[in-house]
Amino acid sequence: MNRDKIKVIVSKVGLDGHDRGAKVVATLLKEAGMEVVYLGMYQTPEGVIRAAIDEDADVIGLSYLSGEHLVYTPKIVNEMKKSGLNDVLLVVGGSFPPEDVPVMKEMGVDEVFRGGSLTKSIVDYIKKNAREKG
Amino acid sequence: MAKTRSDSPEEMVQKLLAGDRRAAARTITLMENQSEKNNQVMKLVYPHAGKSMVIGLTGSGGSGKSSLINHLIRRYRDQGKRVGVVAVDPSSPFSGGALLGDRIRFQAHSMDDGVYIRSMGSRGYLGGLARSTSDVVRIMEAMGNDVVIVETLGAGQDEVDIIHVAQTCVLVLTPNMGDDIQAMKAGIMEIADIIVLNKADLDGAILCLRSLEATIQFAISQREDGWVSPLISTVASAAKTEDLQGINELMKTIRDHQEYLHESRAIDEVQAKRIEQELGLVFKDEVQKFIFKGLKGTGKKRQYIKAIFEGRTDPYSVVEEVLSTFLKVGAKVNETSGSKKHI
Repeated sequence: MNRDKIKVIVSKVGLDGHDRGAKVVATLLKEAGMEVVYLGMYQTPEGVIRAAIDEDADVIGLSYLSGEHLVYTPKIVNEMKKSGLNDVLLVVGGSFPPEDVPVMKEMGVDEVFRGGSLTKSIVDYIKKNAREKG
Repeated sequence: MAKTRSDSPEEMVQKLLAGDRRAAARTITLMENQSEKNNQVMKLVYPHAGKSMVIGLTGSGGSGKSSLINHLIRRYRDQGKRVGVVAVDPSSPFSGGALLGDRIRFQAHSMDDGVYIRSMGSRGYLGGLARSTSDVVRIMEAMGNDVVIVETLGAGQDEVDIIHVAQTCVLVLTPNMGDDIQAMKAGIMEIADIIVLNKADLDGAILCLRSLEATIQFAISQREDGWVSPLISTVASAAKTEDLQGINELMKTIRDHQEYLHESRAIDEVQAKRIEQELGLVFKDEVQKFIFKGLKGTGKKRQYIKAIFEGRTDPYSVVEEVLSTFLKVGAKVNETSGSKKHI
């Protein structure tokens, strides 16, 4: 069981204290055979990017339940560009209005999973697309 | 796969030696994946490694290893030292996945350029570390970190591989983990150069401290090197900074142990043992690779398994037979090749 694990950073940025969703997804990805670096709450965009660099992550997963997704996501995308992480998949999950999904995709988010998404769809998406970008 | 980089091992190592974090991260991934390039990379890394102070922290899951390391990082950074951290967590025996949760405690250092933290899944390797942890420590040494801190996964009684990697081993315990008989047992209790009783603000801490003290008294005479493992009580996590305890004392005790190692020259033995372990691991891997490569495509492996399954032979006889065939070939190679690195 040595080779090529997909490595995922799971984190929340900003002042958002609801981590149940992030924990559920982190556990799910672990059970799907991925290595999940769980950063937890109250992270800064710069800190998430630094972790992604040092951990050689394939995927960054962000969870929002506080309505800050349109504030922090552009910052994350910007930091990723600055650091040359163009081959790292950016996936966002949480609860937000459906009309914000295209907005985030326009910003550069690769995929968005709103509340009610099937767990299988998240795993399948990451397995299919991690390392295919860039 | 887009992520496969075309960088040669030479380029990668050159970049990581120059402080390129991404190159270092990629190199570590190669090690974790036991890639084909491993040996080549390590040959280039090795001459630059070996100059750092390597500290290991071990103990049960939840005992406070990461929280203590968080404070150690800060203290070493205050001294202007560069710090590398390798934190191992267990991989699932079922899915192979892992939840690597140590980094969450190191958030205060998330933007410090003088700190490099890497989480690793154990990937089925026993002993409290991952197979490639010792290589990753070498890489962190070569990166120019003055201090490399290795955190084992939550270790119970017998996960003692940390002694082969770290110069100073810190065992982290918490109150109410059992009576003095538990503390007298062989294994992890014996490998500690420093014993920390963390969460010393909990009920039962004083009683635990007393029984540990008594146990250490028994053990003193058993250590050949004459070092008496100090016992320190700490509180690594508290709502208010002033409620933290024992961190400075732990720092001082680590320094004491390092001074002891260097003054008594015991450090040479520690380093030699580390090399012996590395050599053993590399031999084991390479011999196994060599033999499986030789068997590949011959259908022999399947025949052997079938023969053992049907009771016609046993694994020990098979290995003897295979080894005698392959090692003869190996001996020939050794005789004819005039390696320039011949000692």
